[in-house]
Amino acid sequence: MSSYLELTARQRIPAIFDSGSFEEFLPPSSRVASPHLAQLDAPVSFDDGVVVGRGLLGGQVVFGAAQEGGFMGGAVGEVHGAKLVGMLRRAVDEGAQAVLLLLESGGVRLHEANAGLIAVSEVMRAMLDAREAGIPVIAVIGGSNGCFGGMGISARCANTVIMSEEGRLAMSGPEVIETANGVEEFDSRDRALVWRTTGGKHRYLLGDCQVLVPDDTAAFRAAALQAIADVAAGGAQLTLEDLLAEQGMLARRLADTEGLAEPMDVWKGLGIPDPAGVPMLEAEAFMALAARHRLDYRPAPQAAAQPATPTGEQ
Amino acid sequence: MDWQTLATQLFPGGHDITERDNFLSGSAQVDAQAVDVIGTTGHVPIGIEIALAQAQAILKTVQTNPGRPILILVDTQGQRLRHRDEMLGINSYMAHLGKCVDLARRKGHTVIGLVYDQALSGGFITSGLIASACFALPQATIRVMGLPAMARITKVPEERLSELARDNPVFAPGPENYLRMGGLHGIWEHDLAGELARALRECGAEDERMALGHARGGRMLAHPVAQAVRTGSDVRPA
Repeated sequence: MSSYLELTARQRIPAIFDSGSFEEFLPPSSRVASPHLAQLDAPVSFDDGVVVGRGLLGGQVVFGAAQEGGFMGGAVGEVHGAKLVGMLRRAVDEGAQAVLLLLESGGVRLHEANAGLIAVSEVMRAMLDAREAGIPVIAVIGGSNGCFGGMGISARCANTVIMSEEGRLAMSGPEVIETANGVEEFDSRDRALVWRTTGGKHRYLLGDCQVLVPDDTAAFRAAALQAIADVAAGGAQLTLEDLLAEQGMLARRLADTEGLAEPMDVWKGLGIPDPAGVPMLEAEAFMALAARHRLDYRPAPQAAAQPATPTGEQ
Repeated sequence: MDWQTLATQLFPGGHDITERDNFLSGSAQVDAQAVDVIGTTGHVPIGIEIALAQAQAILKTVQTNPGRPILILVDTQGQRLRHRDEMLGINSYMAHLGKCVDLARRKGHTVIGLVYDQALSGGFITSGLIASACFALPQATIRVMGLPAMARITKVPEERLSELARDNPVFAPGPENYLRMGGLHGIWEHDLAGELARALRECGAEDERMALGHARGGRMLAHPVAQAVRTGSDVRPA
């Protein structure tokens, strides 16, 4: 096992893509940094917090990006967003076999708020343009900063969201909600509640993420390969049928959870017999349980291909 | 401006827009052409229910009125900041709305956004900002956050931010700044009906906001950076 959680963006790329295959576009040596941070005397980064480029994944040409949570929480500014958009457009120009987004972001970078907001909407449109061109777009969420704000929305514009249990996916962070509506609305220091509300297991049970993997780079890589194959087989394009099905799923979710305020009650409503035990379940036991209870309008993807295991122990 | 006054000015040919729990929907006539209208009012926070209601209305237009233009009327204080919305995946509801707008555009519906009162961050990004083109009234408020909150978070004194905001549209709220950055295609001062008819005629399907922001001098790096990445060249000085 090699943890994905604590890696930097620049460590994740070679851990996921085929060894030595990734070529970065506009690398730090180009020294393109945010012009707005400098004006505020804030530190800048010569990649503006995101690596974009093209590599191989299982021999396929896959375009990719990795957001660096260690620089301003992976937040999206003008340059950061433009790099993502440029990469997505180039993926279309060059007929990429897939786009893989290693997301870790607090959303819009508030130091350049207006430009960041427009940029995130441009990223969303560019992701959907890539899908329209038939290119599977896969989002991976497993970094310690999670995926929030506008990037939490963008993630759900991908064909597939792959998460680890430690990954978090939502919109407004717990601190923002606590600041706006009080500690009784959302206690941001209640780590267990934050995890139950935004963490990978909850998102998987609700159908907001389609694949849940252990916090292991090899598991993320295998899941990405499988997701690309599944999406390529079924078609990457957004269709009316998909959106009608998603409309139905989201409407049922509202109806089925009416009056509920606690994620464990939502899990109970899914028929899970011992909701309080869910956080403690090991990956394998959780997946077996989730298979019987999770919501997803799409046909279940095939189980991630397991390499033929040597049979020494059997 | 309240939505009834707005609708009267936008649609002298008549409309049947109704309001239910701050959600607007209906249809109207523009130059003898039918237009479907959805939107929000009362600065309502966009929670999961109203995001889903807007998505449903757009899907209904796609199914029953192929090709009919859609006008999204924007007035929101942003995404709803509640634990239940987060628990149920408000980002998925917002993304669903954005994807429905995107699908409509790809199926030939021109989608126009109009900020007639307030537009803030999360409530705006999957409505006006994902339309084919977005416009605002001059008195509209558009922002991610106000300067005092921005000063707290960035630890830059508010006076310094105000000073920077005079020349750099990135820091300050307001439709003029969004116009300069390409986030808005235009500001409608007079003759709203005429402006809408013109927007429907002239609206393209491509996302050209980076180039607009560059040409208008409000967002000088986005376009050259995206182009440099796309073409494998260096960023040329603006």
